Amino acid sequence: MSAFAESEAKETFVLNLGPQHPATHGVLRVKLTMDGEYIAEAEPVLGYIHRMHEKMGENRTWAQFLPNTGRMDYLHALAYNHGYVSVVERAAGIEVPERAEYLRVITAELNRVSSHLLWFGAFILDLGGFSPLLYAFDDREQILDLLESVTGSRLTYCYFRFGGVYNDIDDNFVPGTRAFIKRLRERMPMYHNLVTKNIILMKRLQEIGPISAEMCRKYGATGPVCRGSGINFDVRKHEPYSIYPEFDFDVPVYDQCDSMARYMVRMDEIEQSMRIIEQALDKLPEGPVMAEKVPKILKPAKGDYYHAVETARGSFGVRVVSDGSNTPYRLKLRSPTFSNLSLFGEACQGMLLPDALALMGSLDLVIPEIDR
Amino acid sequence: MNRAAIKQKMSAIGAGPVSETDYARKGFALDVQVAPEQLVAAVSVLDAEGFFIEAVTGVDWLGEQAALRKETEAKAAAEAKAKAEAAAAAGEEAPPAAVPAEQGELPEDVLEAVYDFNHYESLCRVTIRTKVVRSKPEVPTISRIYPGANWHERETHDFFGITFVGHPYLEPLLLPEDADYHPLLKDFRP
Repeated sequence: MSAFAESEAKETFVLNLGPQHPATHGVLRVKLTMDGEYIAEAEPVLGYIHRMHEKMGENRTWAQFLPNTGRMDYLHALAYNHGYVSVVERAAGIEVPERAEYLRVITAELNRVSSHLLWFGAFILDLGGFSPLLYAFDDREQILDLLESVTGSRLTYCYFRFGGVYNDIDDNFVPGTRAFIKRLRERMPMYHNLVTKNIILMKRLQEIGPISAEMCRKYGATGPVCRGSGINFDVRKHEPYSIYPEFDFDVPVYDQCDSMARYMVRMDEIEQSMRIIEQALDKLPEGPVMAEKVPKILKPAKGDYYHAVETARGSFGVRVVSDGSNTPYRLKLRSPTFSNLSLFGEACQGMLLPDALALMGSLDLVIPEIDR
Repeated sequence: MNRAAIKQKMSAIGAGPVSETDYARKGFALDVQVAPEQLVAAVSVLDAEGFFIEAVTGVDWLGEQAALRKETEAKAAAEAKAKAEAAAAAGEEAPPAAVPAEQGELPEDVLEAVYDFNHYESLCRVTIRTKVVRSKPEVPTISRIYPGANWHERETHDFFGITFVGHPYLEPLLLPEDADYHPLLKDFRP
């Protein structure tokens, strides 16, 4: 049951949560004004790993910025690759071969599953359950091996290029991915039996951390946070990009607005991502993985361009302003967790501290992406 | 989302040109230019239509005015040259060289704040732009309409020094708390 403070805060003290705290996943600091065990006010303090990616973008060529995109959201780096190459392809009018788009979708969805698995383990760890983390990492390891064979790296991927992907897949990738999906399908019932149906987890999440649909709208929340509040918004369906319209998949939406709803959205998304990967593997066409005639020195036409993609945490948008030269004039990176976290201060008012941590975990924070 | 209705409401509040853009090419559907004092009214229109806020982007247009003048001058010079050549080819006496027009002071360069809004139900990304002079960059806050704009405005203030008038807490968000520089300005030197 959700417990909220009943009276006005009278005697308060300040509690510092972070920047080094296991529940803030990285270096986020939250300045909490506490009334006993209840939170009277919460102010997230950002910027501990701010690297000014936007300024870096203005100081290098369009292609040189590609490795930066993998270093913002290190859990779903390929979606960030995808957002950036898509906006530049839009600006420069580059066509991408079909096989490359399929490989982009397959790898990005595998990456999404790995991101959700890590979130799952870490979230349960926040709530005090240790062993699910080890199971989740075991599964995630399989994905990292698969992606390593294709992309050459295990975490900060830089696989997509303007006009295609860097490398074609090897012979083991397709059977390996199919075997992994079969394995994860068998493991999911175990996760649900051990964790989802666990009475302690239910008590910690159900009716805890309500975020209304209106609050999502006012703060610009996207991704599983808004889909846990009954808003059917997924960029892959809403403004279809790449070849997502060719696949049959559902967008899980729960309207309980609590932490449990956000948990269920992500667990269901794992299955949906696996459906997309299976269909893409079935239909994977032959052909080149790079467009011909992509200019070595890229000079997109003057003007500004926007492109959004769905990452594991929500809508990642890139707005580029080009002055027609070989470097971006302005590169704005709209990260989903920045907006999702901004509602935390309002959402956790009057909550018990441990409940607020459950709420924070259900937002799925990745700090390098907030700070950029 | 009814684009025509939004266009009509925007012109009702006196917003500048509202253009429909090619979504596939640009990534947004409506492009609205407003003066800073019309910003709150324009954002209220979108709020009433159920839009959510995506991002606030600052752009520094330093050197734009000088570049524009240079472009006009080059054009005028090219025209004069073409005229002279045409006259020479016709065997006429070359017309007297045009006296360069008296150049006044360059108008001041501007900072631009770009607001992106999107809708959960239908695909309609609306971009609102407003421009302010670099020496007095003041834009009214929209954080009373969209609390989510609070952080976006603080970030834009960090990087560009744009003052969001009426903002409840315009402290550095991503930069250190004592930062007195704005790194995304084009004349910023570390």
